[in-house]
Amino acid sequence: MSYTGQFRVWRGDADGGALADFRVEVNEGEVVLDVLHRLQATQAPDLAVRWNCKAGKCGSCSAEINGKPRLLCMTRMSVFEHDEVVTVTPMRTFPVIRDLVTDVSYNYTKAREIPSFTPPAGLAPGEYRMGQADVGRSQEFRKCIECFLCQDTCHVVRDHEENKESFAGPRFLMRIAELEMHPLDVADRVSAAQDEHGLGRCNITKCCTDVCPEGIKITDNALIPMKERVADRRYDPLVWLGRTISRRRD
Amino acid sequence: MTAPARDVGSRGVDSPGRAAVGARTLRTDRWWLPPAATTIGILIFLVYATVRAFQQQYFFADERYLTPFYSPCVSYGCASEPGSAHFGMFLPDHPLIPYAALSLPFLLLFRLTCYYYRKAYYRSFALAPAACAVPEPHATYHGETRFPLILQNSHRYFFYLAVVISVINTYDAIVAFRHPTDGFVVGVGNLVLLANVTLLWCYTLSCHSCRHVMGGRLTHFSKHPVRYRLWTWVSALNTRHATFAWITLGTLILTDLYVALVASGTITDLRLIG
Repeated sequence: MSYTGQFRVWRGDADGGALADFRVEVNEGEVVLDVLHRLQATQAPDLAVRWNCKAGKCGSCSAEINGKPRLLCMTRMSVFEHDEVVTVTPMRTFPVIRDLVTDVSYNYTKAREIPSFTPPAGLAPGEYRMGQADVGRSQEFRKCIECFLCQDTCHVVRDHEENKESFAGPRFLMRIAELEMHPLDVADRVSAAQDEHGLGRCNITKCCTDVCPEGIKITDNALIPMKERVADRRYDPLVWLGRTISRRRD
Repeated sequence: MTAPARDVGSRGVDSPGRAAVGARTLRTDRWWLPPAATTIGILIFLVYATVRAFQQQYFFADERYLTPFYSPCVSYGCASEPGSAHFGMFLPDHPLIPYAALSLPFLLLFRLTCYYYRKAYYRSFALAPAACAVPEPHATYHGETRFPLILQNSHRYFFYLAVVISVINTYDAIVAFRHPTDGFVVGVGNLVLLANVTLLWCYTLSCHSCRHVMGGRLTHFSKHPVRYRLWTWVSALNTRHATFAWITLGTLILTDLYVALVASGTITDLRLIG
């Protein structure tokens, strides 16, 4: 069944912009991205929107719908009432380029700051052997599609631009956790997580987990375990004592 | 379509370069409801627990039911209810010293530093943030990098103490099956104490620090199959940690209320056996 939906879409660029009202045909089974494509085709051919797979796997069409960070291609129109105004804006944590397209280069900068996988010396690719139990935890984090919705919703950078310098954000703290838990990674990532990537700024309010389209338990399975590893290293004299004694025995 | 003016010195979502939307949040759902409900729930518990901890009355019923708010009863004031002090009496009997002053501060700190409660009160009391994609009111933010919030890293020590206190609560629930004169008896109060202590164990063992201690700190699970199995069990419980956090606030109040009502003679404990 078709109906005419009411939409408010942010139009503009870094110099300014505003929400523009549109009335667009909506058909059964459609998602918000379908409607935006119809809007482009019929009323606003210059509307900028980034998209690619339309299947929730490329992470391109991240935006905010009625104030919530979401993928445009995974938000069904059936979740809205027919007379409800659907407001679409770009992600509000990153600089806007035009309309719904933002500059997410902050994330690529943060990605480059993390040392890559570091296998033991003398172990060549092809010689890696790991038990499934050992890699299970990291595999959850590999589901990340890098839509950056978690980065967008994290109040540490969303509400405090000045923290971008010192805070990697949930996506990249999760990347550190993935490598730290990897059975063949020998790099020491715990101190760097706290000192260089700002793990201590995370106050575990779980918005990153709430918005993750892949359902990754970022807070419970990555951020809190990393905080516990930092506590092992920095704030637990018993663990320090145990490690000191075991090192002396070795 | 009018372009909203951007404030000079604006911050957060209004920072220069970001989309000038003109509204702090565009959320249309009732995002304020969960933090408001959390605030009310926590305040109800704090008021009730404070009143009861300092009441120093109606804490021991039918000569065998000891409320968890008075366990372990280690004040000289516990002498007013013979049989309530299972571990001796050595704290002074003073109106400002709870009879269970040995356990209550640590239980409070266990919950205060709990990863779930941190989320709950950061959202509901500190509004940092009140809800996802709703701007927080603070001009600056340092998270848990500075005093006093850096002390949240001591959570594991309060977990260890909470385990000890849960063992004491379990002991209380078990000895409550023995009446000084009637011998082995089972009353509704026994079932209430048992249910309460079971749920307290669920909350304590589902703790994130417990999960880490059991096996989370390992990198090679396959070399530690027993700890891996323990980690797997605790991980399953851990997914319900928030649920247990709220359930146990409720069961602590209900258990204490039941003991207080029986102790004051308002209701009579129904005996099922004995």
